Amino acid sequence: MTPVLAVKQLYYKRKTVRGWRQAAVDQFVVGPINFEINAGETLAVIGDNGSGKSTIANLLVGVENPTSGSILLNGQKIQYNNLKQRSLNIRMIFQQARESLNPTVPVGKILEEPLKLNTDLTAQERHERIRETLQQVGLLSDHAHFYRHMLSDGQSQRVALARALILNPQVIVADEPFAALDPSVRSQMVNLLMQLQKKLGLSYIFISHNLGIVRHISDRVLVVNNGRIVESGKAEVIYNNPKTDYTKRLINAFNTLIDNRVF
Amino acid sequence: MLKTSLYQEEAPPSPLQQTWLEFSKSHAAFFGLLCMCFFVLVISFGPLITPYSPLEQNTDALLVPPAWTASGGIDYMLGTDALGRDIMSRVVYGTRVTLGISLFLVIVSMIIGILIGAFAGMMRGLQSSILNHLLDSLMAIPTLLIAIIIVAILGPGLINSMWAITLALVPQFIHYTRDAVRSELRKPYAVAAKLDGASKAHMFRSTIFPNIIEMLVVRGTQALSTAILDISALGFLNLGVQAPGTELGAMLSEGLDISYIAPWSIAAPGGAIFLMILSINLVGDGLRSALHNRFLH
Repeated sequence: MTPVLAVKQLYYKRKTVRGWRQAAVDQFVVGPINFEINAGETLAVIGDNGSGKSTIANLLVGVENPTSGSILLNGQKIQYNNLKQRSLNIRMIFQQARESLNPTVPVGKILEEPLKLNTDLTAQERHERIRETLQQVGLLSDHAHFYRHMLSDGQSQRVALARALILNPQVIVADEPFAALDPSVRSQMVNLLMQLQKKLGLSYIFISHNLGIVRHISDRVLVVNNGRIVESGKAEVIYNNPKTDYTKRLINAFNTLIDNRVF
Repeated sequence: MLKTSLYQEEAPPSPLQQTWLEFSKSHAAFFGLLCMCFFVLVISFGPLITPYSPLEQNTDALLVPPAWTASGGIDYMLGTDALGRDIMSRVVYGTRVTLGISLFLVIVSMIIGILIGAFAGMMRGLQSSILNHLLDSLMAIPTLLIAIIIVAILGPGLINSMWAITLALVPQFIHYTRDAVRSELRKPYAVAAKLDGASKAHMFRSTIFPNIIEMLVVRGTQALSTAILDISALGFLNLGVQAPGTELGAMLSEGLDISYIAPWSIAAPGGAIFLMILSINLVGDGLRSALHNRFLH
């Protein structure tokens, strides 16, 4: 079975220009990144702040273009300039859900935009799809008339999820989606994500600090440090039997919080 | 028929309606808006209400004081000037020229400035810089000085002072637009729009423009008061509208010679300029605070 998404030898170098007569210097390097993800699987990416987790997310969805390497979708190489192909298959949920919604446009229009740009649906079909998607994420069809300042944090996160879902993608990349939510809303969202995964067969790439949630929802885990993958494997294996020092420290820090287990 | 609706048929207010709700809460701003509406009515229907032509001279009624003084008459509501012309009619026609031309200039320079600024904002690198700084050198020179230079070359006249003011306003709008577009592009919803597959043109139209247009209108009101002051100043210096033409600044300079015996001849046009600037500034200020407060609750 070909994996839904395969990433091979992906590198990203950010060049900084020091002065106009000095040569540009490679400053921030991510890579090599290699991983595969199957349909219905959840891959979590954990690591410190500034370790390159968010950069990996940005590379996958197309906010930034990688310096070298390839991303294969169902065995087919993704063209970096073809945002349409990518937006139909890989969608992103942002860290700040509220900030990712346009304040002057009602929710319905926000959700209609990707449909207008990427599909040939008629106006009526689009409205139907918007209604369905809003209900799928636990909102009412009336919420289509709301503006972002009328929504709570949890509701904006649901709208952001609806925008990701509305094109029926195969992979959803979520960059710290729960960081700004309170615990009860957070667990509602986690449950919603898992339900949707079961129902629609989505694959998630889940970038998070919260090791508890990562353990709860992910099948496999990538541990990233300084832009490199230091360890990867099944979630339970990583949590119970971490191999590298870095992972041990991460897992220990998490375990001391819950039951003082130390490796 | 039921007088009251049983159902709550209220749509959530759009950002525009929110701005209006917030704006109308401020009495000063609302007063300013009423004044502005009054002036707009005057410049659109002025000729229908003026009793005389602005150029009609009545040698039997020189320097008649306003109607409410002992020696004034109802024939000339605001009195007459040294040539026996009705000051009320002249103020109405002068307002048409001053405010009408200022409005026209601001709209034209907004269109040009926003277009260039939008291109500069959406582009990157050298192209963007060139567009952005295209007319910057003109910002270093005050409008009056540009006007004097143009007048020195082409001779005095209204058209030349219009050129001078447009040249001074356009680079401001380029900068405002470009800065606004740049700051919008950095926001997550612009990134989200890019990931939806939007082209640059589409992104500007549907995502960025609705978010910056109101700010640009606020800038437009500021530019409008600048334009009015500049047009009047140029008229006052005899560089703008020439002799038989009626313009508030030119009226002020004509009335200055007889200001001791006929103070009403400068009070009327001066008052009109003052009210226009005051109302425009009140509206601009109210609009700015409305934009700031509308999403707070």
